[in-house]
Amino acid sequence: MIKITGLEKQFGHLKVLKGIDLHVKPGEVVCVIGPSGSGKSTLLRCINRLEEPTKGMIVIDGHPVPPGGIALDQVRTEMGMVFQRFNLFPHMTALQNVAVGPLKVRKMAQADAEKLALQLLEKVGLAEKANAYPNHLSGGQQQRVAIARALAMQPRVMLFDEPTSALDPELVGEVLEVMKQLAQEGMTMVVVTHEMGFAREVGSRVLFMDEGRVIEEGPPAEFFANPREERTRSFLRKVL
Amino acid sequence: MDWLLLWESMPLLLKGAGMTLKLTALAGTFGIILGTFIGIGRIWGNKLLSILLTAYIEILRGTPLYVQLMIVAFGIPQITGINYSEFPAAILTIGVNSSAYVAEIVRAGIQSIDKGQMEAARSLGMSRSMAFRVVILPQAFKRVIPPLVNETISLVKESSLVATISLVELMRTAALISSRTYKPFTAYIGAGLVYLVITLTLSQIAGLLERRLAARD
Repeated sequence: MIKITGLEKQFGHLKVLKGIDLHVKPGEVVCVIGPSGSGKSTLLRCINRLEEPTKGMIVIDGHPVPPGGIALDQVRTEMGMVFQRFNLFPHMTALQNVAVGPLKVRKMAQADAEKLALQLLEKVGLAEKANAYPNHLSGGQQQRVAIARALAMQPRVMLFDEPTSALDPELVGEVLEVMKQLAQEGMTMVVVTHEMGFAREVGSRVLFMDEGRVIEEGPPAEFFANPREERTRSFLRKVL
Repeated sequence: MDWLLLWESMPLLLKGAGMTLKLTALAGTFGIILGTFIGIGRIWGNKLLSILLTAYIEILRGTPLYVQLMIVAFGIPQITGINYSEFPAAILTIGVNSSAYVAEIVRAGIQSIDKGQMEAARSLGMSRSMAFRVVILPQAFKRVIPPLVNETISLVKESSLVATISLVELMRTAALISSRTYKPFTAYIGAGLVYLVITLTLSQIAGLLERRLAARD
């Protein structure tokens, strides 16, 4: 579904990604872990070209992701993205946040878009907050609205960029629960995360990155029980 | 202080104030429309456009309005032979001058919106211009209202400079009263009072607007 080959990204003199190869199959949940600055977020942001890759190929369903223009906008509608800091639109209610994509991008009728939005808010357990503005919601609620907003475009892949890192610890669970439900429904997901429990329980594959390279990858059970690389072992010792 | 003269001058001063308000309203509207385009163009446009607009802003903000007014009202008519009356000259000069300040207010307002907003909108498949219209502008709008009202308040005061090109507005009216009665203190205190009433009213409106806009989020 997503095929990345030889991906490199450079910011000025700083090489953040040094040749990444990754193949995500339909229905797979790939969890990307690693220390801060290892390039995990950049990798994710290169997939939908919020960051322009310096080198390499990203192919979605056999088609290379176009560099820009309407074709890129079109590809982005197929990839939902959830951000660390939610990035909800503060001037819109929860319902409007979810409906705005279908309404403006898909040109859906107002009533249909709102109906869809309400269904999705229900799915993330926030139907009763439909008319609340983001700053009246807790971080966990905001992130669940953000997930609903991404789902409203009916994407085929969901990209999660540290979705629980900005949350108070007691709010992490509700967001992970929604993500778990999505995974169980068969959504293809790439999740950059520090939540080892989630990676172990929900991930179909875990990828460990350090200094712009994939150091090790494997099914979670194996990965967490018998990490092969010394760097993986030392990272896991610190976080587990 | 001649209280009777102050009282008797009020109708004339208020008439002058009418002209001041008309000038401010027209030049201000012109400045806001032009300045909005310039502010957006500076962020949005290509490099060349951005350099040209930056030069426009720096020149207008870096020279006194008085100098600009003299050039437009007296300099240009002389070298081109085209004559126009003081009123359009005043509107044009003040409006263009104000557009430079408005452009900077608009630019700052847009750039103050978190980068994540644009990214979230783009990730939904919105084009840059749609994201700008649907997500960025409505948020920037709220942030630029208070500084734009401040800009309008300073326009009210700066419009007094057009007294020097014989346009009979509030300041010029006071000058005429002063030279007729030889009582400059009373005449200019009167003008000052009227200016104060106008600017205080405007800042009250600004405060009200700000509170209403802040109420929602």
